[in-house]
Amino acid sequence: MSVIQVTDLKKSYGGIHALSGCSMTFEDKAINGLIGPNGSGKTTLFNVITGYETADSGQVSLRGQDITNAKPDEVFEQGIGRTFQITRIFPRLTVLENVHVAAQRQGFVAQARGWDSAAERERAMEVLEFVGLARLAPEIAGDLSYGQQKLLEFAFITMARPSVILLDEPAGGVNPSLLRHISDRIRALNSEGVTFIIVEHDMEFVMRLCDQVLVMHQGSALTSGPPEQVRSDPAVLEAYLGTGPKEGS
Amino acid sequence: MTATEIAPVGAASPQHVPYRPPRAVRYGATAGLLVLLIAFPLVLPNPTVTSIGVFTMIYLIAAIGWNIFSGYSGYISIGHAAYYGIGQYTVALITIHAHLPGGWGLFGLLPVAGVVSALASIPIGFLLLRVRRHTFIVLTIAIMFILQLLAFNLTRFTNGSGGLTMPFPTWTGNFFNMPFYYVGLLAAVVAGAAAWWIRRSKYGLGLFAIRDDEERARGLGIKVTRSKLIAYAASAFFVGIAGGLYAPFVGSVYPQFAFDPTFDLAVAVLVFVGGIGTLSGPVLGALVLIPLQQYFYLQFGNANLYLIAYGVLFILILRLLPGGIVPGVTSAWRARLVARARARQEDTRPEDTGLKDDAGQKGRA
Repeated sequence: MSVIQVTDLKKSYGGIHALSGCSMTFEDKAINGLIGPNGSGKTTLFNVITGYETADSGQVSLRGQDITNAKPDEVFEQGIGRTFQITRIFPRLTVLENVHVAAQRQGFVAQARGWDSAAERERAMEVLEFVGLARLAPEIAGDLSYGQQKLLEFAFITMARPSVILLDEPAGGVNPSLLRHISDRIRALNSEGVTFIIVEHDMEFVMRLCDQVLVMHQGSALTSGPPEQVRSDPAVLEAYLGTGPKEGS
Repeated sequence: MTATEIAPVGAASPQHVPYRPPRAVRYGATAGLLVLLIAFPLVLPNPTVTSIGVFTMIYLIAAIGWNIFSGYSGYISIGHAAYYGIGQYTVALITIHAHLPGGWGLFGLLPVAGVVSALASIPIGFLLLRVRRHTFIVLTIAIMFILQLLAFNLTRFTNGSGGLTMPFPTWTGNFFNMPFYYVGLLAAVVAGAAAWWIRRSKYGLGLFAIRDDEERARGLGIKVTRSKLIAYAASAFFVGIAGGLYAPFVGSVYPQFAFDPTFDLAVAVLVFVGGIGTLSGPVLGALVLIPLQQYFYLQFGNANLYLIAYGVLFILILRLLPGGIVPGVTSAWRARLVARARARQEDTRPEDTGLKDDAGQKGRA
């Protein structure tokens, strides 16, 4: 069963076609890996799905519902959370406040009430506990190390219990023990039914973690399948390494 | 969810040192300051001194209001004189056309001045808030000058450069400044309460998130356009009230003093000096700088020498305490406590705290 389906998505910047008719299906409750060489359109696809970029044409749907070109806040309310390639937290707020930003409230009166309601605080401490940052809750987030900031970003997108989480290079610049910790957290959430779509260049990380791997090349889908199958697909090797000299030429 | 078994890198628990002074200190200081401000004109009833007090209150209201938008959301407006002017003209025009006498009744127009300013700010904000940072700053200045030009040229409405003259109250002597001072103080307290309320609300947390990273905030469900517009209108409301208090106090309204670029600079500078985005920063900035400005004015006449003093002070503050006095002092105070806590910790258990050394000019002190 699919959770997010993109159909014939196109997005150009001037003469550059970042997405050129990309069609993909991400499986529900699975850990989907999205790989491809630099410039293949992975981050643009993330941006279009999450509303940070508008598609020139094509369609994005979440469980059959059209969410093409919805705004980022609407996409988040629909239950899709994302992280960025370069970690983006709120550096001048405390760790706890960072997590509370993502707690959703509707209506004027709810917005006017204090930010740290008891129920939200309990949930916030729970997600901080989950990633191992609970003890740093009162600290200013900008004072955290890079790895801790990555965990914090991961923590606050889980605050509103999204059903789909898009991670853009979670392994970038992360040491092996932290990477194990992150994989472990991803698996734990996945076992509770959260779908993941992960853009990552660390092939070992992707192959070990993902149930399904989708490959992008030059703005469109190249192939998809279980990690083992994708790993040995000649088309994937060709996309990454380029076409070798043909025999006899 | 299950608690993690693996401790992430560098998460050894440091003893947390609060970023702000204890609540008792903060509340005590606020109460003490309030008592001082209430007692001030009774102790020093000299009109020259109390007139400095009235100007200080006018700027205090404006600074608190300006900080609600620019300090909390990070969008620096150098054009809030637009609402200072609208507040002045609102009070003056209503007074003149309704033939109201000078005196206590005019203070009833202050909320009207605030509401008119806030209403005017909504379409303006709707246009301006589509752009960010530097472009936003430039456009705020442009809007202010457009309104000034309108005030000069819509002569049937504003009497152009001839200005409008307000009826004076019948109060005399030492008492004259008192009503303006106390009404100004009341308005400043209301503005301060609003700033405090917003700061601790869920809505306010969203504004601070916008200040730090607007796109990230959008991706967490914050309605950024609506949030910024509400803050913009709230700040216009209080700046409009400041203008509404100024007009009857000086007794006249002129385009160049209503839509006054030096007002914008003064408000921005005093909030920066005190500590932008903090609750106490605008208060400290206004209470220190406006009396200084008035002193320069009284000493050296209308030569705008205070602007040179402001410039020097601004450069000094940026060099020495880049976040302003309040964040600078609190972070220095905290750095001492952190050093002390670390020394204690090292005595018992030498371990990395996992935090950077720099306490930083951060926080919402």
